[in-house]
Amino acid sequence: MKTKDEIWELRLYIAGNTPKSQTALSNLKKYCEEHLKDKYIIEVVDLLVKPQLAEGDQIFAVPTLVKKVPEPIRKIIGDLSNEEKVLVGLNIRPATK
Amino acid sequence: MSLAASDKHNSPLKSLPKSPTGISGLDEITQGGLPAGRPTLICGSAGSGKTLFSIEFLVRGALDYNEPGIFMGFEEKSEELAQNVTSLGIDLNQLQHDKLIKLDHVHIERSEIEETGEYDLDGLFIRLGYAIDSIGAKRVVLDTIENLFAGLTNQGILRAELRRLFEWLKQKKVTTIITGEKGDGTLTRHGLEEYVSDCVILLDHRVNNQISTRLLRIIKYRGSMHGTNEYPFLINEKGISVLPVTSLTLDHPVSSERISSGIPTLDKMLDGKGFFRGSSILVSGTAGTGKTSIAASFANESCLRNERCIYFAFEESPLQIIRNMHSIGLDLQKHIDKGLLKFQASRPTLNGLEMHLVTIHNQIKEFKPSAVIVDPITNLITVGSVSDVKSMLMRLIDFLQAEQITVLFTALSLNNVVNEQTDEGVSSLVDAWLLVRDLEANGERNRGMYVMKSRGMKHSNQVREFVITDKGLSMIDVYLGPDGVLTGSAREAQQLQEVTGTVLREHAVSRKDREIERKRLVLESKIASLKEEFESVQDELNKTYIEDELRKEVMDKNREQMTRSRHNE
Repeated sequence: MKTKDEIWELRLYIAGNTPKSQTALSNLKKYCEEHLKDKYIIEVVDLLVKPQLAEGDQIFAVPTLVKKVPEPIRKIIGDLSNEEKVLVGLNIRPATK
Repeated sequence: MSLAASDKHNSPLKSLPKSPTGISGLDEITQGGLPAGRPTLICGSAGSGKTLFSIEFLVRGALDYNEPGIFMGFEEKSEELAQNVTSLGIDLNQLQHDKLIKLDHVHIERSEIEETGEYDLDGLFIRLGYAIDSIGAKRVVLDTIENLFAGLTNQGILRAELRRLFEWLKQKKVTTIITGEKGDGTLTRHGLEEYVSDCVILLDHRVNNQISTRLLRIIKYRGSMHGTNEYPFLINEKGISVLPVTSLTLDHPVSSERISSGIPTLDKMLDGKGFFRGSSILVSGTAGTGKTSIAASFANESCLRNERCIYFAFEESPLQIIRNMHSIGLDLQKHIDKGLLKFQASRPTLNGLEMHLVTIHNQIKEFKPSAVIVDPITNLITVGSVSDVKSMLMRLIDFLQAEQITVLFTALSLNNVVNEQTDEGVSSLVDAWLLVRDLEANGERNRGMYVMKSRGMKHSNQVREFVITDKGLSMIDVYLGPDGVLTGSAREAQQLQEVTGTVLREHAVSRKDREIERKRLVLESKIASLKEEFESVQDELNKTYIEDELRKEVMDKNREQMTRSRHNE
């Protein structure tokens, strides 16, 4: 279901440099390199630094990965350890194989 | 003259610090408010007023106690919430603008969320912490945090995180309200009461006879005394008010001042002075015995004394009462124009007893009357059981006596058992009880009135006939004729008969007087003629006597001459 010209805008919300955020970030990078090479932007937001951003994206759990583009907006919470779920959540692979 | 109230806080130990809710009545029950700096759980079924309750807590805190608050909603959007509470006169947008309240809507959409692996709720903590710091909040509401359970599947994490959240809130020293939907057999659907153990308040919404009552109960309040009853509460345009079911003490001040009932002859029956100020009076009677007229006279009299009076009518509309009272010569309109009299008319079925009680409370607090009339209380039976009505009236009387307001109830009594009970139930509460009765005899109906009881004064034990004329109300002594008690036209007939009797008797007396006079005259003339006769007899007698005397004198003279002539020879 991927379109050639689309860019995945991903934002990863973390709260400080915790093991969980480390895992999440490295997992995310790994998946993106595998499936979305050169078609993604990852922005890491540390809520400890910018707490005011939590409200805008309706963040209540960390780490949370928010996919803003392409639509629809999806949120994936957790350390992104389940590759299958992350890929489904990011619309990289259709839910029904 | 109040007796010393029960000792309340005599302990030298520093008691639990409390954060006043500002909700009228609740602070009394909790003896000061919710535990400061700790979380409180408010649970209840849908529509029981949890959100409103927590909003009121925040708004009062912000406005009255200078404690800004955060409202974190998991259900309603901030704009919707602001709109919903506008009906209660709360302007959340303005409060947000003034940095007294901050609304934060946590939107959890199941379909947008995937969970993979480990996570925590630090996002929520940070959000909340940021909000608290941005306005220096002292109060926090989490409404309804259980929605997290619907959005997230990993209950293990969630529960651990909630526990951490409440601990964290305690450390933050904010007074928190957490609302929770009532579950099946548990206080909350997901067992939040496990985590919030300081104070739990249960809100309930019950419908009896199609009339709903909201009830509040404090299930638990660690480290503090609290009222344990179910307290009815109300939500109206002024927010929430909780009513303590009974005032705990009977220590209201009493007055020995007497006020007129507006019916001079009735005052006479009451030791000549009328009722005590601040007492409660019940006027009961069957239909059409003039209870409303008595009530209106009392209202009129209060207004004539330049005192305010409020009239709660449950049967007639104000205009109807005003029109009807014209027929007995009472002009109530002029008192209304002067602002001394206020009518509050509603059908009893408009709302539950509690709502009525609160309406009455609010009206009284606003209008500050010195006399209150509730006409009639019997109609309240339609919205509650006898014991409910009694408990409501008891609270009303307590409240009024504490405020030194005289209250007059009217009650309709039918000749059936239920209403006899009502009378009984209420009559033990009131200070004075007037009973108006129909006396039916000789094909007509008359009203009789007597004072059933009147605490603290000498009162008449007589049944008086109660007459309603176009000049007002009056009491007439019942005529005790040879055949028993007479009223109405029988009394009038008897009175007329008596007048006739008097006239006849007077006539008879005067005729006898004349005859005696005549007899006297006759006798007197007889006496006169006898006197004359006596005088002539006397004359006659005198005549012979003088002749005898003369003769004797002459003879004596002759004898003397003869004797002298013999000696001289």
